[in-house]
Amino acid sequence: MFVDSHTHMISRTTDDYERMSAAGVVACIEPAFWLGQPRTHVGTYIDYLSMICGFERFRAGQFGLRHYCTIGLNSKEANNEELADAVMEILPRYALKEGVVAIGEIGYDEQTALEDKYYRLQLELAKELNLPVMVHTPHRDKRQGTLRSMAVALEHKLDPSWVVIDHNNEETVRDVLDRGFWAAFSIYPFTKMGNERMVEIVRNYGAERIFCDSACDWGVSDPLAVPKTAELMRRAQIPEEHIRKVTYENPLAAYGKSGQIKEEDWLNPPSIDQRTLYMGNSVLRGGQAPRIEEGKRGVEDNLKIS
Amino acid sequence: MTNAGNAAFDLLRAWVARVVSNQGGVWFEQQIALMCSGPAEKELYLALGYAIRRLGKQDLALTSEDLVAAKTARPGWNPSDWSVDQAARLSFVLASDNDDGARFKARLEQLFRTADVGELITFYRGLPLYPHPKLHVARAREGARSAMQPIFEAVAHRNPYPMEEFDENAWNHMVLKALFVGSKLDPIQGLDHRSNRALMRMLCDYAHERWAAGRSVSSELWRCVGPHADSEALIDLERVLRTGTLVEQQAAALALTASSLPAARELLAKVPDLAKHAAAGEPGWTALAAAS
Repeated sequence: MFVDSHTHMISRTTDDYERMSAAGVVACIEPAFWLGQPRTHVGTYIDYLSMICGFERFRAGQFGLRHYCTIGLNSKEANNEELADAVMEILPRYALKEGVVAIGEIGYDEQTALEDKYYRLQLELAKELNLPVMVHTPHRDKRQGTLRSMAVALEHKLDPSWVVIDHNNEETVRDVLDRGFWAAFSIYPFTKMGNERMVEIVRNYGAERIFCDSACDWGVSDPLAVPKTAELMRRAQIPEEHIRKVTYENPLAAYGKSGQIKEEDWLNPPSIDQRTLYMGNSVLRGGQAPRIEEGKRGVEDNLKIS
Repeated sequence: MTNAGNAAFDLLRAWVARVVSNQGGVWFEQQIALMCSGPAEKELYLALGYAIRRLGKQDLALTSEDLVAAKTARPGWNPSDWSVDQAARLSFVLASDNDDGARFKARLEQLFRTADVGELITFYRGLPLYPHPKLHVARAREGARSAMQPIFEAVAHRNPYPMEEFDENAWNHMVLKALFVGSKLDPIQGLDHRSNRALMRMLCDYAHERWAAGRSVSSELWRCVGPHADSEALIDLERVLRTGTLVEQQAAALALTASSLPAARELLAKVPDLAKHAAAGEPGWTALAAAS
């Protein structure tokens, strides 16, 4: 069983859901983000947030995946002050929805004053509502941006064990672990982490407070990144319990602090969910072994993502 | 708050109290008191937001006496598969009513607009309990258009609201959509009472479309065709009698018994065995729905 803790499923197809389910992904988390281009009205933001905790959750359930989300104003759209103020006003209405496991993904993009302002406001919101935080670290000036994200979180007195720093790489992992934060890695081709590099991270740092996700979205990305990375780790003789932590237990522990994601959700779902929302995972239902092969699509061995 | 003495509201409160922990029960009654006092919008959102966290989402597990009480409180009300969070959330919504129809509607609309999927199911299930029923027709129709089957069924199944408030076009499209998305017809209240000639025609056309594509149709479809069958529809029913599975044949025979056309009786005469059972109401539409 796998948990993919960072997926933008609204951009993915039903094929993706089928392959994820067949490969053993039982739960996915959809962080609120931009859509590849900025929104310009709070109304579209409202509909987006309703969509990720509404229709997308229903859609995932049909394929046997439990779907969760995080709620937040992302760093890119934080630079539109009029929009940002309006979004901040509606966030409390969504942050307590069922299955909202964190405030996120928030943080810095270009590290502007406005990004800083709304990042701080949302850290306070997370504290007020007792929710974990998912931090998106910037693509550019990454190390400084990551260090600053953590410094500001600590300045606002957040418990680092309630904060996930996402999109890490070899240059940031040490600082994140040393400060007591969760270190997540997005296995995303070209711009973020490759999964052979991920294997080396786990070999060097172990599995404590480390996990990986796919961050699959509208760009070239792979919704099977987590199961493929698990298989790659297995072939590299990484201990089985480390693999389980990095691909299942750790994201569950980190976001489980919200009280909104539990193993029972897929192992023994409430009967009201079984009647309405959740059709059950085919792997759990049939008892068969997960099939990584589902993702191969005729390629001899495409486990590698780089 | 005008729900003092509202029997449905009182039942919901009692059912919630019965299944939650002491702590949850105290929180629930505090929220009810707050909602009755004319709360700020934010307080309503927080109560709705915390409902599952504080009370869980277990089934209410109502007894047959409870269901009788429900029907007495509000004719047609059937909360047989409701969960505690649904009952609690609807209690909050009802408690916040201050007999201002426009205000209640505006608030409800906001709740729908920002609802998660579980809340959508809840708020649509609540339709028969809301004050000023005529004000909620457009919202109910929106639910009946949903691409999410559990949302559609929250409106269409075990809910007396559509039967009471939908006009013929809305009604007909809800029934057709049920077939289209693979939902059962039997849990739709008023199915026989609201059947009509236009619906009969829509359903027969739908059957033709399905047959042309080499697909089958639910045998439940014929239930709404029988009472209004014309000579064309009888040709369709004859085809089902001739070529259908046993369940489909039983459905066609039952449908024909509901027709007053002499030609319908002639068709039944050709299948005496099926006709005999159909005349005795066997196996019945509910049983056929389960077998479809």
